[in-house]
Amino acid sequence: MEQLLVDITLILDSTVRLAVPLILASLAGLYSERSGIVDIGLEGKLLAAAFAAAAMSAVTGSAWLGLLAGIGAALMFSGIHGLASINFKGNQTISGVALNFLAAGLTTFLGQSWFKRGGYTPQLSGDQRFNPINLPFAEQLRDVPVIGQIYGELISGHNIITYFAFVAVPATAWVLFRTRFGLRLRAVGENPKAIDTAGISVTRLRYQALIITAVLVGIGGAYLSIAQSAGFNNNMSAGRGYIALAALIFAKWRPGPALLVCLMFGFLDAVQFRIQGQVFPIIGEVPVQAIQALPYILTVVLLAGFIGRAVAPKAAGVPYTKER
Amino acid sequence: MTPLPRWADVVLLPLLNVVLAFLVGGLIVLAVGQNPLQAVGIMLYGAFGYGSGFGYTLYYTTDFIFAGLAVSLAFHAGLFNIGPEGQAYVGGLGVILIGLALNGMHWALVFPLMIICGALFGAAWAFVPGYLQAKRGSHVVITTIMFNFIAVSMMGYIISRILKPAGVNSDESAPLEAITRVPQLRGFIELFKNSPVNLTFFLAIGALFLVYWLIWHTKFGYAVRALGNNPVAANYAGISNQKLIMIVMALAGAFAAMVAVNNVGGVQGRLILNFVNGAGFVGIAVAFMGKGHPIGVGLSALLFGMLYQGGQELAFQMPGITREMIVTIQALVILFTGAMGDMLRGPLGRMFAQPDPAAGAK
Repeated sequence: MEQLLVDITLILDSTVRLAVPLILASLAGLYSERSGIVDIGLEGKLLAAAFAAAAMSAVTGSAWLGLLAGIGAALMFSGIHGLASINFKGNQTISGVALNFLAAGLTTFLGQSWFKRGGYTPQLSGDQRFNPINLPFAEQLRDVPVIGQIYGELISGHNIITYFAFVAVPATAWVLFRTRFGLRLRAVGENPKAIDTAGISVTRLRYQALIITAVLVGIGGAYLSIAQSAGFNNNMSAGRGYIALAALIFAKWRPGPALLVCLMFGFLDAVQFRIQGQVFPIIGEVPVQAIQALPYILTVVLLAGFIGRAVAPKAAGVPYTKER
Repeated sequence: MTPLPRWADVVLLPLLNVVLAFLVGGLIVLAVGQNPLQAVGIMLYGAFGYGSGFGYTLYYTTDFIFAGLAVSLAFHAGLFNIGPEGQAYVGGLGVILIGLALNGMHWALVFPLMIICGALFGAAWAFVPGYLQAKRGSHVVITTIMFNFIAVSMMGYIISRILKPAGVNSDESAPLEAITRVPQLRGFIELFKNSPVNLTFFLAIGALFLVYWLIWHTKFGYAVRALGNNPVAANYAGISNQKLIMIVMALAGAFAAMVAVNNVGGVQGRLILNFVNGAGFVGIAVAFMGKGHPIGVGLSALLFGMLYQGGQELAFQMPGITREMIVTIQALVILFTGAMGDMLRGPLGRMFAQPDPAAGAK
């Protein structure tokens, strides 16, 4: 019983850790897609931010400067995306794909040129990373059964970005559904013409959304390299941007459900190595590849409308042209 | 906005965009303190300067032609197929299954069957997103991305758990016998030394002609272009959009699967993990750069073949530059020719509208 509790807490703990970048990237995508800009490029922004954060942190020794650099890199990528999809009215999907390749190419190329470690950045330690924060009373409560375990392991002992991610979810819900900006954001993604007619600049609103997107996904990328790990390695986002996109679709572009789906995907990630080789009753042995593919399969099934229906913001992917 | 003259629209604008992509790439190389011109020189030598380098260039070109056609074909129908990577991977299963079933037989018999069998597997893998787009309205961009990941997991399982013979350490299928493999050109042409370019190269050239004929000289191609230009009008004209979407996606998957014939049948002679190695994604850049036209696709595939082979050489000669610079160039090409393709249209249009240089320089 005691051991079971420890096991469950450990799995949930790693679920939280693995879900953080997904949550941040999902919320990031939410702002941009709600404003009518499709963002396939989350993966690339995550990767670019992870690299910039690790590189800056390695050079300056400050995790906070690293975080800023990560956000800066994501802002740059968002800027290119905005230029292509808002100003030049280009194809947003193509731009996103291009940005993903740009990140994959640039991070490795610059990493090798600057650090000459085969694409890795130097190992980070101490203040170069965001270290676990022990919440008050975690030590004192350690001996209290159940609660001590859950409080000490699951709730306390994460880094600041993790706590930020969990605060960002209700904050996003509030912004989206309770503020004037949120109302406009939702409107511009559904019917930009109405927004334009009301005398509000579609371009400005969409750029604002892209900036928030960049900040959130930048923090998510920094989490990968300077909080969860101690440095950048090649392609370390490893498809998380796409999983986050899948989670966003799964959640039908709503923050609360997005959190739940990200936690679910994080959970799948956390258990995949534990169940490897284990034989279950009825289903038998589950190959690890099946668990890895599950988020993608679930998303396809959802998109196909077999379980509920995912309807994107109406104007997503359509550049807005004022009538002349 | 005044429309551009046709030659400017078809040749000048894409060319300027490509030049822009390479200029930015050059600036990045310059920014890390390397000499971009020297890099270009080394790449050109690596790609064309000696026999086996040239052979490798043609081998990469083969892959990129097929992947580029897989993206182009779908794009003519207004569909963005990001899935050639996965389609080629699954196509590899078809190629190796028929190859192993007929192992030891002469390649002249097996080669056509590899093409058919690989095409069927690739087509099936691309058909599902096509079906979901046509019948259920699921966006093909997202589903093909998802299918790339699903293909990686599925093929990983199949290769490591099912196809891997007992007593082999690495995750790969049993090998094909030499006589069954698609013959490499070095057997006939001395020049290619130890490069893997094989008969599939000619298949790729044939595919370019086939697609040209298909898109511009058949009723089917007309319907595809109608669908791509205006789905509503196509529907009114009596074209079944749903059916066409499914057929086009399946066809695109079949073309992508030819990457597997080149690699599994002609180079490795076995199915290995992740043999596609990004070729499917290069197809996206190739298709945009070539504007979906077979001549353009052929030329841009050659350019990327040159970049990939020359990039190898570069990594040897200039340690400050890694092969990933090529991925960066690839990204810039997609960005400038695909996403920002119309950026220069305005300025160009003004230039052509007002031949008077004084007014045009505004």
